[in-house]
Amino acid sequence: MTAFVQRNPAWSLIIVVVAAALLWAIIAPWPPGFEEVFGRKQIFLNALFNGITLGALYFLVASGFTLIFGLMKNVNLAHGALYLLGGYIGYEVADATGYWLFSFIAAFVIIGLAGIVLQYVVFRRMEGEDLRQTLVTIGISIVMADLMLWAWGGSAYQILTPQWLSGPLTLPIVAGMRGDEVVYLRYPFVRLAILVAAIVIGVLMWLALNRTKIGMLIRAGVDDRDMLAATGARVQLVFVIVFAFGAGLAGVAGVVGGTFQSVAPGEDIRFLLASLVVVIVGGMGSILGAAIGAVLIGLAEQFGSVYFPTYSVVFTFMIMVVVLAFRPQGLMGRG
Amino acid sequence: MAVRDHADVSATSGGIRTHTNYLGWLESVHPAYWLLAILLLFMPAFAGSFWLFQVWGWAFILGTIALSLMFLAGYGGMVSLVQMTIAGLAGYMVAILGASGVSGISMGWPQWVAVPIAIVVAAIFGTLVGALAVRTRGIYTIMITLAVAAGFFYLTRQNYTIFNGYTGFGGIQPPHLFGVNMRQPVHFYYLSLACAVLSFLAVVYVSRSPFGLALQGIRDNPRRMAALGYNVTAHRIAAYTFASVIAAVGGILLTWQNAQIAPASVGIGPVIDILIIAIVGGIGHPIGAFIGAFIYVILRLFSPDMLMALGLPGDRFRTLIGLGFLLIVFWSPDGVLGLWQQLKERMRDNAGFTGLGGAGER
Repeated sequence: MTAFVQRNPAWSLIIVVVAAALLWAIIAPWPPGFEEVFGRKQIFLNALFNGITLGALYFLVASGFTLIFGLMKNVNLAHGALYLLGGYIGYEVADATGYWLFSFIAAFVIIGLAGIVLQYVVFRRMEGEDLRQTLVTIGISIVMADLMLWAWGGSAYQILTPQWLSGPLTLPIVAGMRGDEVVYLRYPFVRLAILVAAIVIGVLMWLALNRTKIGMLIRAGVDDRDMLAATGARVQLVFVIVFAFGAGLAGVAGVVGGTFQSVAPGEDIRFLLASLVVVIVGGMGSILGAAIGAVLIGLAEQFGSVYFPTYSVVFTFMIMVVVLAFRPQGLMGRG
Repeated sequence: MAVRDHADVSATSGGIRTHTNYLGWLESVHPAYWLLAILLLFMPAFAGSFWLFQVWGWAFILGTIALSLMFLAGYGGMVSLVQMTIAGLAGYMVAILGASGVSGISMGWPQWVAVPIAIVVAAIFGTLVGALAVRTRGIYTIMITLAVAAGFFYLTRQNYTIFNGYTGFGGIQPPHLFGVNMRQPVHFYYLSLACAVLSFLAVVYVSRSPFGLALQGIRDNPRRMAALGYNVTAHRIAAYTFASVIAAVGGILLTWQNAQIAPASVGIGPVIDILIIAIVGGIGHPIGAFIGAFIYVILRLFSPDMLMALGLPGDRFRTLIGLGFLLIVFWSPDGVLGLWQQLKERMRDNAGFTGLGGAGER
């Protein structure tokens, strides 16, 4: 930290100023002149929180994607289909049992098993053929999407939020002034809970990767798969575990997405796109990169749709283009 | 390969084309191509308008777009999923600059102005995407081009000021060239056939040109080509530009054939379909794109009936396509052309020694 400040005093100053301005914009009530230019503070805050919570959802989807990619160099383009299947399973389980939390477990286990099947049946047969593996995932995603359309139809499903999580939560952040009265921001509880859960999952993943034996194996596999196999580590087992976990995360994200928004055909493509952009921006194979990329893309999407409604996608792509132009390996990727 | 002989002959003649050289060229073309050419030229004599317009016209158009992908993937080693998007952009430009049912946006310029501009715009867009995609290698190209394709789809769907949002543009008519209505099945058949053949010849020609050979060298070993003094990045970007022009031609024809362009035309489904067509046909030779397109069109148009006949729901066409694609990727990475090659080798092997097994067996 101090080393960074000493090396880049100008950049540190800019970062501090930007952070302070952001903090002021979030906490302080906006003066009327400011609101005239930038719109109401309520809208700004909502876009900010929606962006961050959407980023949490993107992180859940993309972290599994980036983990699989980092280890196996396999762009699993069926990841979006796994996400959608997780959403449908979550809906069915929550609908049948009435337990919201149980649907997470079910989605994680079933989609994780699907991941194991994929790894065993498909990817082990084409080891080292990246392009063919990717083409196969495209074929699988087409078939899965069509079969899901067959099974669940074209209509959208919403997973109901449980009683204890529904309703808004009042945050100690000023949203605006009504006369002399201070209005605080009220925000859906469930979104905040999922944000916290995503952060916890992210931290746990980071700990598992950096502080455990299996994490050590995975990191070694990311760096040099063949050398790891030569040292006698059971690489195939590591592959299966990572694939199952990454796929399971996609399933969990599907349930989260089904609660946030809805489960519907076409969502698979949306979240596949989100994962791709997040991983390209954040850097392939990096969990921290996925987190940064996810929040960036979530914020860009939400602020874009609030302030420039018909061009919001362009923002997402501007971020991608800028990152690719200046740092092709991604923000946190290693050259 | 017949066409390669042609290139060799014209190369040795050193530009001085004599009568005998022409004859030699004519003789060097494989008989199968002559047969195909005659068959396609006289197709309107015995095919109905449905076959001409829906089957053959569509197959030529999709084949042209898939050909641009085949050029990038087969000769450049870059699997770009953005080709349908480039084609769609060209179609959109024709709709926006030319005449369409949406008079509020369309500018109503004459077609001979709108079409070249559309191709140029699509080529510029393709070049930019290429410049972005070639910064990374291999598998990353798929990711970046897929992201761009999906982004373009969402942009066309949410933007109403330029792309007219969800509904897109309808009522886009092909031009009346020399007093001939190009939308008539027979005329449209010849138009799309001509475009497909020209694109095919252009790809074959470019692939034998110094540029194409350098591109194939870059595909096989970029570092060696760079060491030899070739500008690897520039060659790759130029390949994207060339492929974009071909894709744009296909996209404009597709827009004319459907008489409309909408976000659904540039969605992820069509984008993946182009990849499937190129892979199924065979990524190793330009003719593969058209073989794949023909198979795709036949499946697409007749699979509901086939599925119904088997007692399955008729709208599960995408499952069928996806499974077929999976089978091809699993057993024949070179597509239908690869299967044909394997069959030939196996027959040759069986004729020679027995019991050694097919060389192409995996």
